[in-house]
Amino acid sequence: MSQQAMHALYIWLSYAFVGVVVAALVAWVMLDGRRLTRELARLEAAGVRRRSRQASDTKTATS
Amino acid sequence: MPTLTQRLANPTRFMSLSTALLPWVAGLAAITIGWGLYLTVSAPPDYQQFDTVKIMFIHVPCAWLAMATYGLVAISSFGYVVFRHPLADVSARTAAPIGAAFTLLALVTGSLWGKPMWGTFWVWDARLTSVLILFFLYLGLIALRSSIDDEALAALLTSILAIVGVVILPIIKFSVDWWWTLHQPSTNFTQTVHASFRWPLLVMTAGFTLMLLALHMKAMQNEILRRRIKSLTAMAVDRASATSGAARTVVE
Repeated sequence: MSQQAMHALYIWLSYAFVGVVVAALVAWVMLDGRRLTRELARLEAAGVRRRSRQASDTKTATS
Repeated sequence: MPTLTQRLANPTRFMSLSTALLPWVAGLAAITIGWGLYLTVSAPPDYQQFDTVKIMFIHVPCAWLAMATYGLVAISSFGYVVFRHPLADVSARTAAPIGAAFTLLALVTGSLWGKPMWGTFWVWDARLTSVLILFFLYLGLIALRSSIDDEALAALLTSILAIVGVVILPIIKFSVDWWWTLHQPSTNFTQTVHASFRWPLLVMTAGFTLMLLALHMKAMQNEILRRRIKSLTAMAVDRASATSGAARTVVE
């Protein structure tokens, strides 16, 4: 393998590795966020709410 | 009356502020990194490094973020230990895995640059070894946090370790001045770098920094949601056990 091709291989490997790790980080925060939002919505639909949320709902209902 | 910091550090306020900011920061990060990649492709080869200089345009931002993220972890940990503010703990906890990922990227891209330039993937010189210690420190913080069930105790112990570990940052920064290293000395914030390499380096660094902000903001939102779910689940369990206790009393 020529020196130029060897250098190109290391450059591509570096960019590919950074791309994969950054994509994994982005996917991790996005998918985790989506799962947690769904879980919170499920709990709230079952009637389990935070005290601050309950207070604001009561205020809306009475006004 | 709450101070400005207390008002801004309110989790509910953080959620609404970050939800508004996040698309802009993430969009700006994507545009800046796109521009940086264009500059990277059009940069000329170096007279000594040839095209492998292009590895520097991702290695340097990753190395900068590895250290900057640890600074963020340490400041947040200090905020938690001194003020006991839960948002400071949320920040420290969520920054650690992101910092570990960028430290790993700095180590791997550095090795991939080292092989064609130095003839080896690794040498135990002060700069490389101190960055490897930083990586282990991040792993230690993550492991310590997940090994303790008591959340408050885990947060306190992790914060203390993070504050003690901050000593690694000046060691990494000045390792190339204090010891003889194969790693090249500081470029004084790219002052000694030729303009054709300086701009891709600076633009990529700015883009990666914006990406860190976006990732950290989103990870903090997730952690706040996780804590809300945990407390709501505990509430639901309490409510269910109270209901079943009352039903048992009626039956008796």
